[in-house]
Amino acid sequence: MLGLTKKDTTLLIVVAILSMCAPFILNPFPEGSALAQFNAGYPDLMQRFVIFGIFAVGFNLLFGLTGYLSFGHAAFLGVGSYSAVWMFKLLSMNVLPAIILSVIVAGLFSLLIGYVSLRRSGIYFSILTLAFAEMSFRLAYSVLTPLTNGETGLQLALDDPRILDGGGTLTSLPVTNLFGLEMRSTYTLDVAGWSFDFSVGYYLCALILIAAFYLSIRIFRSPFGLMLRAVKSNQQRMMYTGLNPRPYTLAVFVISGMYAGLAGGLMASMDPLAGAERMQWTQSGEVVLMTVLGGVGTLIGPVLGAGFIKYFENIFSKINDTVLHGWFEFLPDGLENLIVTILHPFIGKGWHLTLGIMFMLVVTFLPGGLVDGGKRIGNLLKRKKAPDETVTPNTNPAE
Amino acid sequence: MTSPGNGLIKAATTPLILVVIVGLLLAFIPLNELILQLLNGLDKGSAYALIALGLTLIFGTLGVVNFAHGALFMIGSFCAVTLSRILSLSYEVIDPERKDFLGNPLKVDVPYVEKWFGEATGAAIIDWAVPLAILFAIPVMIAVGFIMERGLIKHFYKRPHADQILVTFGLAIVLQEIIKALYGANPIPTPAPEVFKGSFDFGVWMGFDANKILYPYWRIVYFLFSAAIIGAVFAFLRFTTFGMVVRAGMADRETVGLLGINIDKRFTMMFGIAAAVAGLAGVMYTPINSPNYHMGMDFLVLSFVVVVVGGMGSLPGAVLAGFMLGILQSFASMNIFKDIIPGIDQIIIYVVAIIILLTRPRGLMGRKGVMEE
Repeated sequence: MLGLTKKDTTLLIVVAILSMCAPFILNPFPEGSALAQFNAGYPDLMQRFVIFGIFAVGFNLLFGLTGYLSFGHAAFLGVGSYSAVWMFKLLSMNVLPAIILSVIVAGLFSLLIGYVSLRRSGIYFSILTLAFAEMSFRLAYSVLTPLTNGETGLQLALDDPRILDGGGTLTSLPVTNLFGLEMRSTYTLDVAGWSFDFSVGYYLCALILIAAFYLSIRIFRSPFGLMLRAVKSNQQRMMYTGLNPRPYTLAVFVISGMYAGLAGGLMASMDPLAGAERMQWTQSGEVVLMTVLGGVGTLIGPVLGAGFIKYFENIFSKINDTVLHGWFEFLPDGLENLIVTILHPFIGKGWHLTLGIMFMLVVTFLPGGLVDGGKRIGNLLKRKKAPDETVTPNTNPAE
Repeated sequence: MTSPGNGLIKAATTPLILVVIVGLLLAFIPLNELILQLLNGLDKGSAYALIALGLTLIFGTLGVVNFAHGALFMIGSFCAVTLSRILSLSYEVIDPERKDFLGNPLKVDVPYVEKWFGEATGAAIIDWAVPLAILFAIPVMIAVGFIMERGLIKHFYKRPHADQILVTFGLAIVLQEIIKALYGANPIPTPAPEVFKGSFDFGVWMGFDANKILYPYWRIVYFLFSAAIIGAVFAFLRFTTFGMVVRAGMADRETVGLLGINIDKRFTMMFGIAAAVAGLAGVMYTPINSPNYHMGMDFLVLSFVVVVVGGMGSLPGAVLAGFMLGILQSFASMNIFKDIIPGIDQIIIYVVAIIILLTRPRGLMGRKGVMEE
């Protein structure tokens, strides 16, 4: 179907179902119950899952296929956000032109950076992209203030021209929409204690994620994808066969930059503001973490990794000592306090510690990421079954 | 990768740029300003050079890209904080001579150090906490480096550089968060000894007017200290048998191993030394910049740029690039340059790094074959 093999089609359908039913899946606990804090089914968070999923899928196209580790991808995210917000300020509150512009601008920007950075490989490439991104961040923060509004960040204003919407006469800030469908509008379905939110913004993001995911599968399976794998495995040999790897790597760099720009544009579409801190290198580090955690070079890995990290960032960081005391109430007082004290640094504001440890463990023991972990567990279960069948007859003949 | 033919142009680019920069500087800036900025750049340059030196030691010996090196610098800084806290641990005594406004005897905190060593000596010890922290930091940093190498880095020698970057990046996050959990998120001001407060008037010393070139004493100390450390590391590598073996191992690890020398053990020790260098840089930097939990990451990015500019695996290159970039940064923060190119002070390091990486792939003094795959 759609030019995919059966396995890939299944994967795409799984992603589609997961993203379409996310409001149900992420809200497994009834409202008001003790476990309701683990519910992640509110529009803000779901949008973040999906947007960072797109970002990570794009990053994985570069890193997973070619092995070029870019530490500056946040620059494209930031550029995308800025251009989207400018589109809202100048043209209209419709998200479509904003998203298109952010993809184009990010593409051009990544063409520029990629053209220069790809002259080097390995760690030199990482440092070059890092340098470019830090430079963009610093510039956005200081000199380019007319364009980026410096440290305050770019926001909508009442007197923006908004040519198509005929702005300037408004009394309150307009909201982003898609041909009249407001991004913010949410339909809440209450079913016997559960409440599910269906937000227009989320569904737009989810549809784009499915499209982006489909495109990434096609790139993975195309001859172009094969070329990129060749770049990763042995560039020297590739050049000896008369192929120049540069156009391929540049093309994939631009594509992944456009993915990042798309994510940035969506981010601004859901919440129309853009700040320089989106371009900081820690943000680039985060997308690397997501991709590696999920599984570099796998199709679904980056999406899983993005979801995982964003879930922990938002849910884990909300757990505080009071909640912990609630959980361990049944224990004797001293033991309860001891456990809470031990767990305290790992939760709430300290969740980064958990993330760092988890990340180290994954890189050390599970280089393939969560996807690889899942596969290994699957294999383990299969293997356990197999020996059982062969071992059983051997138990008797001892006599 | 590089196209042949324009090699001469490429080789000439960097010196040409340097000549143009120096010429512009001399033409437009008065000499005293020039000297001031040169001095201003030295302390930052020293910090960059020390961190980059440690990083390069690790590259050169172990072939590992250590993204946790900035965290080691941070740990060094917090060693100073810890020692100054330990030294000023105190107990309460009732001072019968002083009364509060109700007429009750006042409770006074007396540090244990003052009780044990007498009041004057005790106060001096607390005052000298930062320099004393050097003694405290050396064993701590060597232990940290040792544990890091044996516990984690060891397993990553044979893995791709991307994996090394990723795992040490994770470690850097963990160390940073531990420090944040222990010391809080706010910067902790840790002053230098009273003797080093104030500034030295270089202007008078050099024959300019007074107050033209003022330079804080502690920055002089920092520069001299880092020069001493750098000198010590070079001398150690140059003149001791241990250093000779390590240098031989940097050139060809396998052959040295085949000669029956336990090179792994020596490399582990080198990691400890590199950690100690970063830690000491951090200890002495505390009075200049109050330690905070993200200082490691802030310095890390810059020190990587420094290492790459200097040339991977080249120790003199790292030192040279560290000082060069520090000084360039302080020059770029002059108004005369900021007027010509706004924001140049923010981006100068990255601009230089990009130019140098594109014109000289191995950096200023890079060795062939290091990190080139």
